[in-house]
Amino acid sequence: MRPLIETRNLSKSYNGTDALKNVNVKVDRGEVLAVVGPSGSGKTTFLRLTNLLEIPTAGYIFFDGKDTACPDADRLALRRRIGMVFQQAVLFNETVYNNVAYPLKIRDYSKETKDLKVRDALKLVGFSGFEKKQATSLSGGEAQRVALAQAMVYEPELLLLDEPTVNLDPKNVSIIESVISKVNHERGTTIIIATHNMLQAEQLATRVAVLRDGELAEIGDSKEIFKKPSDFLASFGRVLNVFTGQSRLTEEGTGIIDIGQGVKIEALTTKTGSITVFIRPEEIIVSKSPIVSSARNMLRGKVEEILDLDQLVQLRVDVARQFTVNITKRSFQEMKINLGSNIYLSFKASSVHIL
Amino acid sequence: MNLILEGLVKAFWLIVSLDREVYEIMFLSLRVSGIAVLIGALLGVPSGATVGLKEFFGKRFLVSIVNTLMGLPPVVVGLLVYLVLSTSGPLGVFQLLYTPEAMIIAQLIMVIPIVMGVTISTVSSVSKAIKEKALSLGATNWQMTLRVLREARLGILTALIVSFGAAISEVGAVMIVGGNIRWATRVLTTAIVFETELGEFGLAIALGLILLLLAFIINWVLTYLQWSGLRR
Repeated sequence: MRPLIETRNLSKSYNGTDALKNVNVKVDRGEVLAVVGPSGSGKTTFLRLTNLLEIPTAGYIFFDGKDTACPDADRLALRRRIGMVFQQAVLFNETVYNNVAYPLKIRDYSKETKDLKVRDALKLVGFSGFEKKQATSLSGGEAQRVALAQAMVYEPELLLLDEPTVNLDPKNVSIIESVISKVNHERGTTIIIATHNMLQAEQLATRVAVLRDGELAEIGDSKEIFKKPSDFLASFGRVLNVFTGQSRLTEEGTGIIDIGQGVKIEALTTKTGSITVFIRPEEIIVSKSPIVSSARNMLRGKVEEILDLDQLVQLRVDVARQFTVNITKRSFQEMKINLGSNIYLSFKASSVHIL
Repeated sequence: MNLILEGLVKAFWLIVSLDREVYEIMFLSLRVSGIAVLIGALLGVPSGATVGLKEFFGKRFLVSIVNTLMGLPPVVVGLLVYLVLSTSGPLGVFQLLYTPEAMIIAQLIMVIPIVMGVTISTVSSVSKAIKEKALSLGATNWQMTLRVLREARLGILTALIVSFGAAISEVGAVMIVGGNIRWATRVLTTAIVFETELGEFGLAIALGLILLLLAFIINWVLTYLQWSGLRR
C-alpha cells in the first residue's frame, strides 16, 4: 500500500538554525502517528511542513505518492485534502457557524450541504446548538473543539493536530481525544498528532515518532516504544502513575497487582505475572475521609507536593508508592488540603490501564 | 450668546423652510466628500491591503510616506491641485479648475493616504495566525486576502469614518480649487468662511450647525454599521 505521507530527508532551517534534520517518516492511510518530543524538538515544524504551509529547506514530502514540491495550484489541491488544528485555537471573528462553514464556503459548497455538514461536525465535537454564538466569546476548550470541527468539516484524508489539548481542562481534553479516536475509527482519517502528553500518545496512536533536536530519534509501534521507553523518552515524557508489579487473579476474575511497599491495586485484567500499569491522574478521586463507592481501589496517603497547573492543582501523594492526582482548584480549596494532609485516593479497577 | 441663539433659530428656520441655497450647499458638500471617500476607498483599501499583506523591499519606507501624507495640510493639497489644473498647468486643458470635480480631486488626494494608512495598519494587525488558518483550511491567496479584509472590517470602516470627517470639514483645499462660487462650488465650509467675513454670523452659525449635524448623522450610521459588524 502506498503511504499517505512520506518524508525523505526532510529538513528545515530558520535563519541558519536547523529545526528539522533529515526526517524520514512514512504514514499509512488510517494510521495514527504521535510525534513526541520536548518543546523545540521540531514537532510543530514537522506538522507545518506536512500541511504545506512552509517549504522544506531540503528533502521531500510525498502526499499520496505525489511530490509536494509542485506548482502552487497543485499544492493547494493537496492542502485541501489535509486538515490542521493549531496549538492555540485560532478562530475568525464570526459566529461558530460561519467559522465551521468557512472551509466549505471556499470550496463552493451549496447552502444545504453546508448546513448539513456544519451540523454534523458540531455534533461530532459536542457543540450542537451553538451555531449562532460568537466565536470570540468561547472558552479555550470550546474554541479548540470548534477549530477541530472546522478542520474536519470537509472530511480531510489527513488530520494534523499540534498539541491540541495543551492547557485545556480535563472535560474538553477527553471530548477532543474521543473525537480524534472516533474520526480515525469511523472515517478512517489518517492522523498525525504532536503531543508531549505521553498518555495521550499512547492512548491514541498506533505508532510513535520521537523527535530530538530536530532529528528522528526513534519511531515504532506505540506499544513497543512505551513498553521500554528509552532514557530520552523517559527524560521528558514523564508518564505518571506507572507501576510494575506481580499480578494474580482473584476469584471474581479481576487481577490484584502488588506494586511494592505493600501497595496492592485491583485491575480488570486476566494477565498474571509481571505487569505494568498506569492510572491517569484525573481518574483518581480524592477525599479527606474513606468513602463508600463502587471504586475497587482506595489508598490512604500523605500529600507531599502541591503544584499549581493553571486550572488544576496537581498533588503528589505518598501511599508508600508515589501517586500523582489532579483536582480542580475549587475542590482543592473546599477540601482545605495542605502539605502533609492525609487523604484517600479512590479509583475503579477499570481505571487501571495495562501497558 | 445672542449670536449663537440667533444662529440656532436661523438654522432651524433654514432647514424647515427648505431654503434652496442652503440645501444646494449641503448636497454639494455631501456629493463632493462622498464621492472623494468612495473613490478613495476603492483605491485606498485594495492598495492598503496589498501593502499590509505583502513583504517587499522598501515597505517600511512606503508606509512612512503614507503615514506622513495622512497629515497632509489641505491648503497645500489645494495649492498643488490648483497648479496642476490651472490653465498653464499640465492638466489645464481639461478646464477643471473651479468645478466640483476639482474639489473632488483635491479631497481625494487627502483621503487616499488616510484610507490606505489605516487599512495598512489594520490589515497588518490581523495576526499571521489568521492568514495561516485560512490557507490551512484550503483558501487560495485571494480567498485568504478577502478573509483578512473581513477580519479587518471594523478598522476599514473606521478609515472611512475618519476620512469622511476630514473631507467634509476641510476648507483650505476646496476654497482654492473650487473658488467658493455661489450656486456652483460653494460648500458648507467655504460658505461659513464667506458669511463670517461678511459679518453674517447668524447664517454662518446656521451653516456650522448643519455641518455638525451632517457629520454626526453620517458618523452615527457608520458607527451603527461598525457595531452590527462586530456581532456579524
